[in-house]
Amino acid sequence: MSKRQKRFEVLAERPVNKDGFIKEWVEVGLVAMDSPNDPAPGIKIQNGKVVELDGKPRAQFDLIDLWIADHCIATSVAEKAMAIDSLQFARMLVDINVPRSEIIRLAVGMTPAKIVDVLKKMNVVELMMAMQKLRPRRTPSNQAHVTNLKDHPALLAADAAEASYRGFSEEETTVGVVRYAPMNALSILVGSQTGRPGVITQCAVEEALELSMGMRGLTAYAETVSVYGTEQVFVDGDDTPWSKAFLASAYASRGLKMRYTSGTGSEVQMGYAEGKSMLYLEIRCVMISKGAGVQGLQNGSISVIGVPGAVPAGIRAVLAENVATVLMDLEVASGNDQTFTHSPIRNTARMLMQFLPGTDLIFSGYSAVPNYDNMFAGSTHDSDDYDDYLVLQRDLQIDGGLRPVKEAEVIMIRNKAARALQAVFQELGLPPITDEEVDAVTYAHGSKDVPDRNVPEDLRAVEDFMKRGGNGVDVVRALVKHGYRDIGEAVLGVLKQKVSGDYLHTSAILEANFEVRSAVNDLNDYQGPGTGYRLEGERWDILKDIPQAISPEDV
Amino acid sequence: MKITEELVREVILEVLRELETGEKPAKTFKEDGPPLSFKELGVARTGTDKSEVVVAVPPAFGAVMNKTIIGIPHQQVLREIVAGIEEEGLKARLVRVHRTADVAFIAHEAAKLSGSGIGIGTLSRGTSVIHQRDLKPLQNLELFSQSPLLDLETFRAIGRNAAKYAKGESPRPVPVRNDPMARPRYQGLAALLHNKETQYVNPDKPAQEVSVQL
Repeated sequence: MSKRQKRFEVLAERPVNKDGFIKEWVEVGLVAMDSPNDPAPGIKIQNGKVVELDGKPRAQFDLIDLWIADHCIATSVAEKAMAIDSLQFARMLVDINVPRSEIIRLAVGMTPAKIVDVLKKMNVVELMMAMQKLRPRRTPSNQAHVTNLKDHPALLAADAAEASYRGFSEEETTVGVVRYAPMNALSILVGSQTGRPGVITQCAVEEALELSMGMRGLTAYAETVSVYGTEQVFVDGDDTPWSKAFLASAYASRGLKMRYTSGTGSEVQMGYAEGKSMLYLEIRCVMISKGAGVQGLQNGSISVIGVPGAVPAGIRAVLAENVATVLMDLEVASGNDQTFTHSPIRNTARMLMQFLPGTDLIFSGYSAVPNYDNMFAGSTHDSDDYDDYLVLQRDLQIDGGLRPVKEAEVIMIRNKAARALQAVFQELGLPPITDEEVDAVTYAHGSKDVPDRNVPEDLRAVEDFMKRGGNGVDVVRALVKHGYRDIGEAVLGVLKQKVSGDYLHTSAILEANFEVRSAVNDLNDYQGPGTGYRLEGERWDILKDIPQAISPEDV
Repeated sequence: MKITEELVREVILEVLRELETGEKPAKTFKEDGPPLSFKELGVARTGTDKSEVVVAVPPAFGAVMNKTIIGIPHQQVLREIVAGIEEEGLKARLVRVHRTADVAFIAHEAAKLSGSGIGIGTLSRGTSVIHQRDLKPLQNLELFSQSPLLDLETFRAIGRNAAKYAKGESPRPVPVRNDPMARPRYQGLAALLHNKETQYVNPDKPAQEVSVQL
């Protein structure tokens, strides 16, 4: 073209056109939720044993088929469930007259291909209706990412405190430099309990270290145990469903809340999707998780979001995989946690799929730090988007898990967390946090506003802390000794969960008084208007009261 | 070290350059690379020459695919890697790995075949690894995972550093860059390219010695 049309020139420069889009390639599985290579639903059971799964006889089962057949599918209801017409079951998912309990009872008798066949029949609004009814916990909630480029402990504590104060019920950190992990875990533990007692924390690193930190009480939950939908990809990672189940029980038996992670697109990203749709393979992951006995799953494509995001109906498939998770009666931490597009419009539209119906944890997580400090390579929304998010909650009267806060309160809470950590470092013989650092992190936007640490000195100290068996009780002792009794009691409250195990129930989060809110005592009872979670009363008064709104008395 | 004004200026300029390149992928190439004429010379042997670095490529490289994810012709990729190795006074030996399209295993195979014990693996889309014989396959000396950020300069630096490892030196790793927006832009395309690459994998065919006119 010698001469460009001016509108097209403008369009070409729009953020959305910096995103990569690709056409479907069915033979390799670059297709969201409908591949001709997906098997047809079917099951044969003999003597209580699955002998044929989705057209494949038992002799030909791969590791994953075998796992799903023997550990996930409830053979007692399978024949009845499989006999229900897929379209009819899809309608049951959105029918307010069919209670959640009935759906859950039948869904565990279905095969992966059957569940794909059901979800394929639903558009995104219907999928959101299903999510609204099926998520296990009645009250929706939210998870935060708390990290920074410098692994600065005081900044981590301040950010964790602010995140707790704003309303997140779970906080996840990771590292820039691997050896910092225990110090990061310790920092967000102290910070999180300063902002709001009962927020639980995790540190996503290599599995053995993560487990060790959990057993010492430096973290309370874990979610980065990944499962995959084809045998080849599973085995390439030196794992099997059995080894992953073993790891899961290692966590849970030590009183750590745990969920798995998976997501559409991971198999095709690694080149071995066997021509199956991304959703079909992801449903196999959901069923591996169910079979392992973990209480929940983080999915929604997660770090592979660029793959479903590039093909037609990919974002619908991402919502469908979240729905498949709650259909299996598992807690869902529903993604929205990785940079996904250059376009703010596309970014918000993708997030609304989970925000509008509400999920157990809408984000997994929301970046409670500016994205340049997000060591998970950035989230869809970050700390600079807080006010947009609060206004969306207010506009639509939806509880996205966050509440409006006042600047003075946030300054106070950030400062308190940094001071508390300063005292803990002093007591535990970790390299000092100076008053200048406390002041800097109190007022910082991000790590660019805080001084550098002496990294080798920090690493030596944290290694020594781990060697001498440092743990959560040391932290409690240090806090109480230095006058932070309230934070110390909160940390102790989280540690007690390791013994009572109350928060191992499905979809459990902790209230500020350490009462558990889970699918046991806060079971989702949505059955249409007037039922289920409603944002009203005192909570609505809090959420709608954004500081920037002008009241009649002000004018 | 004496800190002169000139040094400070140099450092600042370098930081600015890094900031600039960090925000966007390497420049894209428009022209299509000419198909390379590889000649397979039989099963690759394990070298004994301590002054060689083996460079391994997957089946599709320079054959059915001929440029990286940002369009650098494979001819230029190889030319830069080889030049980097030769700059350090060492020799490059080329092999084609048929049994896998996994960059870690390709690079590890290169290292195992290499007389110096150092190998480089480069996928068609550009993803590269510098590997050493006695490491585990999923470990590495240096990993360049974000293919859109690999430009000609990086490929030359990869060759240079591999040669330095082969000489027993401990070079400063080639600076790794990070671009969070590479995911929305390139992840789908990377999946497409990787699947194209795996189509040509032949698990039963051993690595082949190859020669090519660069």
